[in-house]
Amino acid sequence: MSAHEPGQFERIVLPHLDAAYNLARWLAGNDHDAEDIAQEACARAFRFFDGYRGGDGRSWLLAIVRNTAYSWLKKNRPSAVVTIHEDELAEIEDHNAATSAVHGADTAALHAALETLPLEFREALVLRELEGLSYKEIAEVAEVPVGTVMSRLARGRRQLQDSLNRKGAV
Amino acid sequence: MNCADIRRLLHAHVDGELDAANSLELERHLKTCAECATEAKSLRSFSAALREAPGLYSRAPASLRNHVRELAGESKGESRARGTDLSWLWKFFAVGATAFVLLTLVLRPAGMSERDQLLNEAVAGHVRSLMVEHLMDVASSDQHTVKPWFDGKLDFAPDVKDFAADGFPLVGGRLDYLGGRAVAALVYKHNKHFINVFVWPETGDMKPETTNLRGYSIINTAAHGLRYCLVSDLNAKELGDLAGLCEK
Repeated sequence: MSAHEPGQFERIVLPHLDAAYNLARWLAGNDHDAEDIAQEACARAFRFFDGYRGGDGRSWLLAIVRNTAYSWLKKNRPSAVVTIHEDELAEIEDHNAATSAVHGADTAALHAALETLPLEFREALVLRELEGLSYKEIAEVAEVPVGTVMSRLARGRRQLQDSLNRKGAV
Repeated sequence: MNCADIRRLLHAHVDGELDAANSLELERHLKTCAECATEAKSLRSFSAALREAPGLYSRAPASLRNHVRELAGESKGESRARGTDLSWLWKFFAVGATAFVLLTLVLRPAGMSERDQLLNEAVAGHVRSLMVEHLMDVASSDQHTVKPWFDGKLDFAPDVKDFAADGFPLVGGRLDYLGGRAVAALVYKHNKHFINVFVWPETGDMKPETTNLRGYSIINTAAHGLRYCLVSDLNAKELGDLAGLCEK
């Protein structure tokens, strides 16, 4: 028995389709695979829709996109999925050098640098900076504690800055 | 907090995710430490640059949108086809659900009095507020910042005072929901402990009444047309000191 009214799936999913596609695009690395992943994710979302109990539709959909993308990557590009063993916050403290801003970095360099970040840092940055999700929402999507979100963002930003500096893009 | 602590919390601070007490302490540090202040500034501009960089955000192609509409369209057809056959079943469930709701409404007060329910909600509100994400909406030790913040958000004006001189500095305020109405929650600190003071209008005075629930001290009191409900893990005596200050 479906607990949802007709048309509700569209109402929940369509407003967040850009968010879903953008995440898939950053995880997959190209448009073609991103669309495959996003389509598969939407089909899964539709199948699981009876299990959706209200609440934040965006986090719900993004979590499905993320899971779909990770399964896809494991199957098609196993080398892309490297789990980072985080020593939580330890490393952030080590870097005390002042960060230089990305101001002036050209978009292509920024795009390339973000693309080469480890998957888990990349997704945290995309969800935070491009999608504007809160730490709690990112934690829900990535199924990790809020503290881990904080450390991934800090380390992701640091690596992105380092990589831009190395390329002399700043 | 030393510089290492600051650097660890800086990302959360810049992202607006740090609880108010730590944020206040961090802001104080930034005023005196040029290096950390520079780091904070460059972090902010880094985030802004990422957000504003053109071409980093990919929007969903039309084909994906159509795919979702197709999925949804199939389901509509299905539910229409089944709808007529099963309408009696829906009615059956609707009657059952209504009866269940009525029964719970009738039975509930026997299980928990209005007073107990309020105490439970107050403790729940206090505990929830400490789960970092939502201790306060307005973080300030300045009563002249906190008081106007409530304007237009509540149907009354809570009395907001800082009691730092008495060992209870005001750290902020937020809206909360208690006993079926929107209330002001004023947040005070005493040593390392936080205190939530829930305030709402109530006619008639009430002598301070101290309760203990799940390890928290609660004091209810009313004066000058306002009801105060204080919740904290402080001991009852210290909480009583603050209650005395509030109703003055």
